[in-house]
Amino acid sequence: MLSYIIQRIIRAIPQLLLISILAFIIIQLPPGDIVTRQIERLQASGVTVSEAQAQALIRQYGMDRPMYQRYLLWISNIITKFDFGYSYTFEKPVAQVILERMGYTFAIALFAHIFTWTVAIPIGIYVAVKQYSLADYIVTLITFIGLAVPAFFLAMIIMYVALTKFGIRTGGLFSQEYMVQPWSWGKFVDLLKHMWLPIILLGTGGVAGTIRTMRAMMLDELRKQYVTVARAKGLSEFKVIVRYPARLAINPILSGVMWLLPWLFSGGIILEIVLNLQTAGPALYAALRNQDMYMAGAYILITGALTAISAILSDVLLAVSDPRIRFGGVEGA
Amino acid sequence: MSKKTLQKKQLGRKTRRPIPEGQEEEFYRAGQWQLVWWKFRRHKLAQIAMVVLGILYFIAIFAEFVSPHDPLRRYKQYLSFPPTAIHIRDKQGRFHTPFIYGMKMGRDPVTFRPVYEEDTSIIYPIGLFVRGDPYKLWGLIPSDIHLFGVGGGDEAMPLFILGTDTIGRDVLSRIFYGARISLSVGLVGIAISFVLGLLLGGISGFFGGVVDEIIQRVIEVITTLPSIPLWMALAAALPREWPQLRIYFATTLILSILGWTGLARTVRGRLLSMREEDFVLAARLDGETEAAIIARYMLPGFLSYIIVSLTGSLPGMILGETSLSFLGIGLNPPTISWGVMLQDAQDIMNVAHYPWILWPVPVVVLAVLMFNFLGDGLRDAADPYVS
Amino acid sequence: MSADQVLAEIKNLHTYFYLAEGVVRAVDGVDLTIKAGRTLGIVGESGCGKSITALSLMQLVPPPGKIEEGEITYYQTVHKTEAASTSNVIEITKLKPNSREMRAIRGNQISMVFQEPMAAMLPVRTVGAQIMEAIMLHQQVNKAEARERAIDILARVKLPNPDRIVDTYPFQLSGGMRQRAVIAMALSCNPNLLIADEPTTALDVTTEAQILDLMRALQAEFNMAIMYITHNLGVIAEMAQEVAVMYMGKVVEQTDVVSLFRNPQHPYTQALLRSIPQLDDVMARAGKKKRLETIRGMIPDPYSILPGCSFHPRCPQFMQGVCDQLAPEVVETEPGHTVRCHLYTSRSAKTRAN
Repeated sequence: MLSYIIQRIIRAIPQLLLISILAFIIIQLPPGDIVTRQIERLQASGVTVSEAQAQALIRQYGMDRPMYQRYLLWISNIITKFDFGYSYTFEKPVAQVILERMGYTFAIALFAHIFTWTVAIPIGIYVAVKQYSLADYIVTLITFIGLAVPAFFLAMIIMYVALTKFGIRTGGLFSQEYMVQPWSWGKFVDLLKHMWLPIILLGTGGVAGTIRTMRAMMLDELRKQYVTVARAKGLSEFKVIVRYPARLAINPILSGVMWLLPWLFSGGIILEIVLNLQTAGPALYAALRNQDMYMAGAYILITGALTAISAILSDVLLAVSDPRIRFGGVEGA
Repeated sequence: MSKKTLQKKQLGRKTRRPIPEGQEEEFYRAGQWQLVWWKFRRHKLAQIAMVVLGILYFIAIFAEFVSPHDPLRRYKQYLSFPPTAIHIRDKQGRFHTPFIYGMKMGRDPVTFRPVYEEDTSIIYPIGLFVRGDPYKLWGLIPSDIHLFGVGGGDEAMPLFILGTDTIGRDVLSRIFYGARISLSVGLVGIAISFVLGLLLGGISGFFGGVVDEIIQRVIEVITTLPSIPLWMALAAALPREWPQLRIYFATTLILSILGWTGLARTVRGRLLSMREEDFVLAARLDGETEAAIIARYMLPGFLSYIIVSLTGSLPGMILGETSLSFLGIGLNPPTISWGVMLQDAQDIMNVAHYPWILWPVPVVVLAVLMFNFLGDGLRDAADPYVS
Repeated sequence: MSADQVLAEIKNLHTYFYLAEGVVRAVDGVDLTIKAGRTLGIVGESGCGKSITALSLMQLVPPPGKIEEGEITYYQTVHKTEAASTSNVIEITKLKPNSREMRAIRGNQISMVFQEPMAAMLPVRTVGAQIMEAIMLHQQVNKAEARERAIDILARVKLPNPDRIVDTYPFQLSGGMRQRAVIAMALSCNPNLLIADEPTTALDVTTEAQILDLMRALQAEFNMAIMYITHNLGVIAEMAQEVAVMYMGKVVEQTDVVSLFRNPQHPYTQALLRSIPQLDDVMARAGKKKRLETIRGMIPDPYSILPGCSFHPRCPQFMQGVCDQLAPEVVETEPGHTVRCHLYTSRSAKTRAN
């Protein structure tokens, strides 16, 4: 087991290296060099930049050195000082911008996932058991439409309905009055009031896909002989389904809990922007509109790294829940 | 009868059904594509999808002719004009061919927003092949004939079936022109994915060894990259001063950067498994060259899978373009795409007052849904010998 | 318990599958009698309806299959004291498939062993957990006791180190060991009837012999009846006392095992017996080129309803105008030997006379 984990970690290293190179390339993509644009921007905002300051900036970003050294500088700053560069859109270090928003991002993503699972898994199991029934056809049709409607479309329509029919302005995580206040019970309640909509919308985005996966996995498992064997034992149909095929079919979905991490950063980016949430995604968007590429690079790097880590965790989790992998004997069965 | 034989029976029914009565002989002789077609024909939804997509692409191709207006023309007196009601029966209860009434504009005394009212004294019949805004079909053939519209020059009440946007442009015409970009992004995108996937997957599967290992690793990395942030970052990095056409191709390239990996894996997997097949060995023993074996024996064997894989990635690309353009980091005006049109909807107050600017949403959903149905039908039909 | 006590009776069973392109008559009028403590062998080619007959007996026919007609009666013996026992008559076909009564029979009174030991157990739960589940379901025992019984039953199917095997996962066992564990699971509640659906088909020949020996030993030990389903006449000869030969959903011949091999009467049975390789033939073939006999033709399309006898298109003794016209009735040619064939009906006698 331990050797399995170590093996997985070693395999991830070149992967992380490649991701970091890609992220660095993205930072360097826009034409013109970063320092010149930075200086232009500072001057535009009325700050005079002296020759010495300009030189300092050039040295800071390593612009006087060849590309590979700049990469090494960038990546070593990240590893040693957790310094992902500076976002001039937010006028803060990139790491700080992302960290500040981590909490909300995580909370919303977690609850959205829980929502997805509580809705999708039972439905997926049910329609698989009742294959070809009316319910199956209806759910299949709805999931088809659900897959074609991106969450942010749904959000726009719901915001429209909320505004015109109920006069509620949805969006954001706080009401005006709590926006800048320190934490209090009132602010917390206000947050909860604002959070349910993004949670449901984000969660709904995953429902159609999860139902389809669950249904397909269940249909595969229901055909297996051990299901008939379990019935032949005299178990009730409910216990047969829950203890046998569902137990196996749910594995890949549950091990997907680990994908929560990267999903935090990419799953509902557009929805978050539409809903104007104080999460990480909209920050990236705001930065990108100004070609604030350090933010973009950091974002890609973090998400890529999280995905790689999640893949390891997910494999480990799967190994824990599936003895076939745990004992390394994936023969037949 | 064991379960296995039951499955065999069900399998039997799948291959049985497409046989037309009394043509069993033909069934056994039919080529692969014939079988695929027979099987596809049984998939009702996929067929409907094919018809709907056919219509959508027809509109995209002949957008200039099908649109009632020039999509860039601003009707200054009809800003944010609501969809026009089409009547067939007038105030006096007489029936006509479909027509619209003239409109009188007033202002809301409180909000000062324009309010329109039907002027039932004037009737503008909707005609086919009417003269309207001049255009050049595909930039080549000059004409001013539109498939439908009110005609009658600038004096007449223009026909705004889906209303106008905030600066007075006809939403329907813009949707028609937008189809050209939004629907072709997917096609150009899969063309790029196809080349990349086939090439790299082919190299990987054919050479194996170190080359295979490297390509597989790169694919692994690419699949770990988050699609939307990556698209956003790349699209944002495009120079703002680039011409529209170049931005368009760059955007499709960005969208297909992640799409080819699935295809490359399919191609590689198929190549690797087929290398072991007896018929490939037989061909090799016959003295065929490796290239000929791939082209003549292996490629036809998984061409259907390639098509399925490509159709499957189309909806994602259409949605990707729409999302990026909606956010203003993909295509931008004056390019017309469904996503660009939705930029107006970013302000929820706009949507609240002029909900018809959301019309591109159902259109995108329709297109994506149809591609999903088509993809499903193709997936089922792809392997006519298995259920 | 007398040797001739009837344990279960199947009368005129019809189990159909309703598929989009028609009805598959998987079981089409089967009559069988299972006697307590004895083994009934059911033999036939794949697709003849033998497994569906067994599943019907447990009301486990998978959809879109349905028991359409017929009666299945189970005579449950309730031991009141050592000496006195009464018999409960249970009409299985009258019970709802998922009713409490039906589930009380499954795994408890009647249990089943399937063909694929690899697929019969859930790979992610231990062997012990899956055996204990049945024990705790049908008997009032706690977890520790159930575990004791599970270990005990594993020992009785001659698995080495049963106290270790109880905590292993199915995939850690070999095919033969796994089939022993599956048999243990089936026997865990002392059933009166064990249905064995080709339990050795997926195993190699040596393991097969061991499993067959084990089952015979267990039958004596548990005093249970076995309904043994196979396509292998050799296994039938070894296991069964009574044999029913099935073809296309019907029992075409039924008798005791000795009569079947000595005096097969149905042309299908005769053909089946001829298609077993004989050692003499093999030796003879070394010199001359004699091919092993096969049954001519294929099993017909399952959707079709053939007029007359369903075997007539393949029958070497096919009689024009009789076999393709009229469905044969069951005829008792000798005491306890029934056959469904026109060769033995009065009608055919007339035809032959002409």
